[in-house]
Amino acid sequence: MSEEGDGEAASGALSDGEAVVAAVEAVADRIEAERDHLTDLDSAIGDADHGGNMARGWAAAAEAARDLDDPDPQTVCKTVGKTLMAEVGGASGPLFGGSLVFASAELDDGVTAESAVAFAETYLEKVEDRGDARVGDQTMVDALTPAVHTFKKSIETDELSPLEALAKAVDAAERGVAFTVPIRAKKGRASYLGWRSVGHQDPGATSALYILEELLATAADALDSETPDVDATSPTIPDESEEATASDPEGD
Amino acid sequence: MKKLINEPDDVVDEMLDGMIAAYPDRLRRLPDTQVVVRDDAPVDGKVALVTGGGSGHEPTHAGYIGDGMLDGAAAGDVFSSPTADEFEALIDACDAGDGVLAIIKNYEGDVMNFETAIELAEMEGVKVESVVVDDDVAVEDSLYTSGRRGVCGTILVHKAAGAKAAEGADLSEVKRVAEKVIDNVGTMGTALTSCVTPEKGEPTFDLGDDEIELGIGIHGEPGTERTELMSADEITDALTEAVLDDLDLDAGQEVLTIVNGMGGTPQMELFVVNRRLQELLGEHELETWDAWVGDYMTSLDMAGASVTVCAVDDELKELLGAPADTPALTQTQ
Repeated sequence: MSEEGDGEAASGALSDGEAVVAAVEAVADRIEAERDHLTDLDSAIGDADHGGNMARGWAAAAEAARDLDDPDPQTVCKTVGKTLMAEVGGASGPLFGGSLVFASAELDDGVTAESAVAFAETYLEKVEDRGDARVGDQTMVDALTPAVHTFKKSIETDELSPLEALAKAVDAAERGVAFTVPIRAKKGRASYLGWRSVGHQDPGATSALYILEELLATAADALDSETPDVDATSPTIPDESEEATASDPEGD
Repeated sequence: MKKLINEPDDVVDEMLDGMIAAYPDRLRRLPDTQVVVRDDAPVDGKVALVTGGGSGHEPTHAGYIGDGMLDGAAAGDVFSSPTADEFEALIDACDAGDGVLAIIKNYEGDVMNFETAIELAEMEGVKVESVVVDDDVAVEDSLYTSGRRGVCGTILVHKAAGAKAAEGADLSEVKRVAEKVIDNVGTMGTALTSCVTPEKGEPTFDLGDDEIELGIGIHGEPGTERTELMSADEITDALTEAVLDDLDLDAGQEVLTIVNGMGGTPQMELFVVNRRLQELLGEHELETWDAWVGDYMTSLDMAGASVTVCAVDDELKELLGAPADTPALTQTQ
């Protein structure tokens, strides 16, 4: 999930390629800064390579994005996705990078509030399909699903500005990451731990949150605006049935 | 641990260059990749067969590239999946317009990267089908998989589907044959020692002098059971019975068997295993149609072996017995 942006009312956020490149650079810096933390999270439940692989991949992606000549957002997304696919490896390459390549197809006509929603939905769908994961499996899907649903509802139903919608999506992702702690992993390497995975925060979901946070910060920056305040105590639940599934992972 | 290497990081790259140097008229490497294809790829008028996976299993994967088997293979780093862009380059290089069958061993990284590449290739208009091999009867889920692992039985998928493609069959027929092998093959392996990766330089797991591990995979992942060292006959019985339990074959069924060395076991011992395997099949009233013995899918320098049994009918006998001409497997009719 990334590069949501901007409606007519807020042109200049992530609708031009330079801003998207800036967002990618911000993500690369953030992932590098959190590298050891991500590796620590992964060593508790996986093979301790998530931080290093993601940092290497995003550094290469930022470089590739910088090298583009007068890029549009779609080209930046596709380039970043392909670079992540090639550099991150393992399962994270296809999940973070491959999904970005596929989702970038939604940006044929540039970044608008509408295409950003389509982009986000396609990204989530690709991650779910490729990883065969759903909410409650203790994966990055737990961060992305509430974020994407919240973003969509904020744009389509609540008619919020893209920036406010993105802020709400980040808040939702944050709670999604917290939700991975008390549940048992069903997918990914952590699932081999069975019940021992309970109590651990998922590193993939954590990375997804960092990416969203940097998108929001870059978008706010591009609009010369403060990051909108979101009331975390009154979450926007976009789809009751989906959320019901979320809080009730199957018992097996 | 002593290794005949230069730098651990260069092993795969240097191995591939050395392989191309050994078979310059048969194989070539796509520039800036770890992808090896037939020198004459793409081959017109034929469904292309591609595969790939981590390195360290030689002669798997590139050793089976050639007439009657694979068109190309992507090599990952040691025990790591190739990335999706490498798989995509592989598919593109091998497709001659008649479609591509991707043969994937069931490991999470391999499956996700290959599937991503397939979806990208399909967006470019390439017709791609895939099969996932999961012949290891030892485990339902493992360190690297949901479901059973893909191991030595994969060679038979390459062989049968490769022969079918060489006949000029279309993609759906080639895929059907690949699935037929997958439905009829089972494998189980044992380790007498751990493998030693170039990166780590020491054993991946500790195994006492008097211990063996049953139900191992091909990446140094733990087996299902650790027991005291047994005789070759006892080990062969344990592996074979597990495979036969899983396959549940009728008396009189014809089978092809493979005694596969894991990389560090001499042929002498593999033949000792094969002797008992054939004896045991007789006790089960199964008929051996063909028996292969050798290093087909290894785990670096691990000592140990796996036993593969594949039930064969007339169609599979014809395909598995058809000519093949590859660096690692040559058959004449």
